[in-house]
Amino acid sequence: MTGPDAEIVRFDNVGLRYGTDKEVLTDISFTLFPGTFYFLTGASGAGKTSLLKLLYLAQRPSRGKISMFGTDAITLPREHLPGFRRRLGVVFQDFRLIPHLSAFDNVALPLRVAGVEEDDLRKPVADMLEWVGLGDRSHARPATLSGGEQQRVAIARAVIGRPDMLVADEPTGNVDPDMAVKLLRLFEALNRLGTTVVVATHDVHLLRKVPDSLIMRLDRGRLSDPTGALRYPPRRAGLVPSR
Amino acid sequence: MSEVPALSPTLARRLRTAGAAITGASETQLVPQARLSGPMPWVIAIMVLLTAIAAAAGLALGNLAAQASADLAGGVTVQVVNAAPGARMRQANDALAVLRETPGVAQVRLVPAAEVNALLEPWLGTRSDDPAAADALPVPALIDARLDGPANAAALDRLRARLAEVAPDARVDAQAGWLEPVFAALDALRWLAVALIALLALTMMAAVLLAARTALDSHRGTIEIVHMLGGTDAQIARVFQRSIAIDAAAGGALGLALAVAVIIALGRRFEALGSGVAGGAGLGWVDWLLLGLVPLAGVALATITARSAVLRALRRML
Ligand SMILES: Nc1ncnc2c1ncn2[C@@H]1O[C@H](COP(=O)(O)OP(=O)(O)OP(=O)(O)O)[C@@H](O)[C@H]1O
Ligand SMILES: [Mg+2]
Repeated sequence: MTGPDAEIVRFDNVGLRYGTDKEVLTDISFTLFPGTFYFLTGASGAGKTSLLKLLYLAQRPSRGKISMFGTDAITLPREHLPGFRRRLGVVFQDFRLIPHLSAFDNVALPLRVAGVEEDDLRKPVADMLEWVGLGDRSHARPATLSGGEQQRVAIARAVIGRPDMLVADEPTGNVDPDMAVKLLRLFEALNRLGTTVVVATHDVHLLRKVPDSLIMRLDRGRLSDPTGALRYPPRRAGLVPSR
Repeated sequence: MSEVPALSPTLARRLRTAGAAITGASETQLVPQARLSGPMPWVIAIMVLLTAIAAAAGLALGNLAAQASADLAGGVTVQVVNAAPGARMRQANDALAVLRETPGVAQVRLVPAAEVNALLEPWLGTRSDDPAAADALPVPALIDARLDGPANAAALDRLRARLAEVAPDARVDAQAGWLEPVFAALDALRWLAVALIALLALTMMAAVLLAARTALDSHRGTIEIVHMLGGTDAQIARVFQRSIAIDAAAGGALGLALAVAVIIALGRRFEALGSGVAGGAGLGWVDWLLLGLVPLAGVALATITARSAVLRALRRML
C-alpha cells in the first residue's frame, strides 16, 4: 500500500498567499491515503478553508507541489480539471446551492453534468434526499429551506456521485447534534465504500465520533502533525486508531 | 441507523466521463429563462429589420443598375440638329443609310417624330401636328442605333468619321454616357448600403456582447458551481449559447417579418410610379433568399459572440 499509486493526494512544502499578503498557509506537507477518514481542525482563520480549496482545485498554491490521483495537479492542463473535479465531492462552507433550482435539481446536478440519463438519476436523488431527511422538501428552492436543510442538500449533492474523495468544510455547522452524528454516519458509510473523506471542523466533539479517523491540525497556517501519521503514514492508514 | 442509499456502480462510473452533455431538459433550466422579456430579442429584431431594409435597397439598386446598363450598353444616339426641316430630314436619312452599311452596327432606326414629341412633351407641352407650328420650335431628328460591341470612345469616333461627310450636323453620343452620373450615384448608394450593413452588424455584435456579459454576471454564481462540479467549458457555454440563440431567433423572425412588410409596401409604391427605370428595381427570388439569410446571420452572430464571451470568462477561472 505504499508508493505513489497508493496515495490519493500529496502536498510538498505548499505555501499559499492571497495577492501580496503574508502567507495564509506555510510549508504544508502531507499525504492522504485512499479510504481514510481525516479531520482538519484549527481555530477560525487558521486556514482550513484555504487548504480545502487547494484540495478541491479551486485555488493554485503560491509555491510547493501538489499531486492528486497520481498526477501533478499544478501543471495539469485546464481541460483535464473537469475529469478530476468529477472524482471529488465538495461541501462548501457557504453551501453554494443554485438558488433557482429545487433541492432535487441541486442534488441531481453532478449527475446531470456527468451526462446521467434522467431515468437513471431520479431514484438515487430521491433516495439521497430521503436519507438526509428532506424527502418531503425535494421541490423547495434553497431560499425556502433553513440553514441546516440547505447544508443537508449541499451534503447530498457532494456524496450523490460517490466520489473518490469527499471534501467537506464545516458540514455540520448548522445542524443539531443528532443530525450532525447522522451526517457523520453518511460520511463513514461512504468512507467504507472506499472514498477518502476530509472534514474540516472546529467542533472537537465530532472528532471522537469517528474512531478510525486521522487528525490534521492547522495552527495559523502551519500543519502540526502530533502523531507523525501524516508525514510518515502508517502502512495501512485505516487501521491506525485516532488519538 | 438506516443504510446509506446505494448508487449503482455503473452510475458511479458514468460520472467520470468528461465532456458529456448536460441532458436536454436540465440544460435549459440551469440558467433561468426569461425569454422575450429582456432587451435582447428586441435589439435583434430592430437590427435585423434595419439590415434587411438596407440589404433590400442595395440589392434593388444593383438590379436597377444592372438592367439599365444592359439596356444601354452598345446603345448610340445620333441627333441631327439643324433648324431647317428639309436639311435635317435629308441629313437624317443619309446618316441612316450610312449606318445601315457600317460594319459593327447591329440595329438602327429613325425615331418617328411622334415618339420624339412624346418624349419632349413633359418639357415642351403638347405639340399640334401642324407642320408650321412644329417647325416654329425645331426638334432634332433622332436615330437610335445598337452596336455589336460596347459603345466606347473609339467606336463613337469611327461613327463620327463616317457620318461627317453625309451629315455634318450629326451629334453622336453613347446612351450610357448620358446616364454616367446616374450610375455613379447608384454605385455610391450601394456602397452606402454595404457600409450600413457592416455598421449594423458591428452594433449587433456589441449589443449581443453586452447582453451576454450581463447574463454572465447575473449567473456567475451558477457558472462557478457547475464549473466546480466538473462541468466543462463547452457544457457551460452551450447553456448560454442556446438561451441567447433562442432569443435571437425570436427577434430575428420578428425583424424579418417587419422588413418584408416594409419592402413589399415600398415595392408597391415604386410600381405605382410606373416608370420604366423604377420597374427594373424589383427583387428576384435570389434576393429574397439573401434577405432570409439576414436573421440567420444574426442568430449565428449572437450565438458565436455569446459563446466566446462565456468561454473567455470561464478561462479566467481555474
Ligand atoms: N480570498 C481571500 N483573500 C484574501 N485573504 C483570504 C481569502 N480567503 C481567506 N483569506 C484569509 O486567509 C486566512 C485563512 O482563512 P480561511 O478561510 O482559510 O480560514 P478558516 O480556517 O477556514 O476559518 P473558519 O474556521 O472561520 O472558516 C484568514 O486570515 C483569511 O482572512
Ligand atoms: Mg473556513
